[in-house]
Amino acid sequence: MKEKDFRDNETLELFKKSGGNVLMTSIDAVIDWGRSNSIWPLTFATSCCGIEMMATGASRHDFARFGIEVYRASPRQADVIVVAGTIVNKMAPVLKRLYDQMSEPRYVIAMGACAVSGGPFYYNSYHVVRGVDHVIPVDVYLPGCPPRPEALLYGIMQLQRKIKLESITRPEQTGIRG
Amino acid sequence: MKEIINLPVSKIDEEEYHINMGPQHPSTHGVLRLVVSLQGEIVKNLKPHCGYIHRGIEKMCEKDTYPQIIHLTDRIDYLSSHISNHAVCLLVEKALEIEIPERVQYIRTIMDELTRIQSHQLWWSSFGMDLGGLTCFFYGLRDREMILDIWEETTGSRFLQSYNCPGGVMQDIHPNFQKKVHAFLKTFKKKIKDYDRILSGNVIFENRSQGVGILSKEDAISYGVTGPSGRGSGWSCDVRKTEPYSMYSKVQFNEVLRYECDTYSRYMVRMQEMHESMNIIEQLIDNIPAGDHSAKMKAVIKLPAGEYFQQVESARGELGLYVVSDGNKTPYRMKFRTPSFSNLSVLDHISRDMKIADLVAIGASLDLVIPDIDR
Repeated sequence: MKEKDFRDNETLELFKKSGGNVLMTSIDAVIDWGRSNSIWPLTFATSCCGIEMMATGASRHDFARFGIEVYRASPRQADVIVVAGTIVNKMAPVLKRLYDQMSEPRYVIAMGACAVSGGPFYYNSYHVVRGVDHVIPVDVYLPGCPPRPEALLYGIMQLQRKIKLESITRPEQTGIRG
Repeated sequence: MKEIINLPVSKIDEEEYHINMGPQHPSTHGVLRLVVSLQGEIVKNLKPHCGYIHRGIEKMCEKDTYPQIIHLTDRIDYLSSHISNHAVCLLVEKALEIEIPERVQYIRTIMDELTRIQSHQLWWSSFGMDLGGLTCFFYGLRDREMILDIWEETTGSRFLQSYNCPGGVMQDIHPNFQKKVHAFLKTFKKKIKDYDRILSGNVIFENRSQGVGILSKEDAISYGVTGPSGRGSGWSCDVRKTEPYSMYSKVQFNEVLRYECDTYSRYMVRMQEMHESMNIIEQLIDNIPAGDHSAKMKAVIKLPAGEYFQQVESARGELGLYVVSDGNKTPYRMKFRTPSFSNLSVLDHISRDMKIADLVAIGASLDLVIPDIDR
């Protein structure tokens, strides 16, 4: 799917209408509605972006409005892992393990320049993973150093739209993993 | 069944076992890993494992020029970013013997104190949350947003501003700056009473913090526990008093000292420091002199060959900066003496023979920032 179409709500609706039979579509609709509106994040913050993630969850920005209701301390209860901060070589195996412990369907938001590409530590640093997608698959990339809370909200909304495209009958087409 | 009942209970208590706290654990405030040896519920031994966010910043500094280093110091201790920037600027200015306009010194001092307040607000929020009071989290971060608004208007960024630069500040303050700071002080003076009502006088909180994690003054000095954690043990170690920089020699403020040496004492020092910081800002905010926001600097900054050291009081303690220069535009070696690293070293000592639940309270009262430990 092209990026241009992804920005357009009408295309998305057409896309959904054109594929699958009526019964399956309605099951998909219910499941996607449920999944996209209750994404619980894992409490996972390595550095500066974690503070902005906390600010997003707190009073002014309050991302519970979008169904990202509570932070879960255990990966087994979480749906999305917001990689907030730099991942270094020593942390990478831990992150992979956390990801493996999460139950399907699971999603990843790479928050901040460090998680996207290594950010300010891309050059000259001997210990930084240059992008978290070297370790785990990423759904939404969120640039910024650190991204504003509004940017994180936007990233979450993009993830919700991505979830709404999923179908349990056509996992290979929609990219759902499980 | 009979065998299970007859199992000697004391044997279970004597056995020592290890649990692993972190690197992903909400109460370690990041990616700190603690291997705790337990006997029943009692902490017998504790080994911190560092390096889960070691980004090699000291080594990176050797490739960067001095104005570039400022952007890296932001990301070491992200909650006192202004203050770490200030340290680099002071060091460069001291080495080059540059006169700094008075306006810059006023602005920097006000910004430093705002940084200290917001850092303590966030610490208060997470302290409350670690002990199970979620309201603290919402109250603290609500008031913190006011400071972030002030910064956003003047510096253009919410909290990693890189606002200081060698010779001055990046741009002049916003026309609304003084008005907004006044509004913040007025509001926060009322709100901080709520903080006291929620936590300071709370019986549950007092029981969980008083007499927990005793750090004597001698230990604080020998481990190098600076900042509010050291002053909670009665050690007068405020760099703003002992080695004044910028405007700190000209303003009136008290160094907050408490002598109970426990978690509650470290808590109260930070609460009172917020009052002191507001006091300092009030003295400065109306008297910012007119003038330039930056001194004239050369395009390429080269420090004369030699060794330089500069210390400042960050929100967590004494931040030391040691630079060896060989006369080039990049430092030959740069070393950060970060407060959290020394404060972490005492955690094993003061949490021995405490309950595992108290370890969370003690760790929170030291106010650790993990990138500050690992750099």
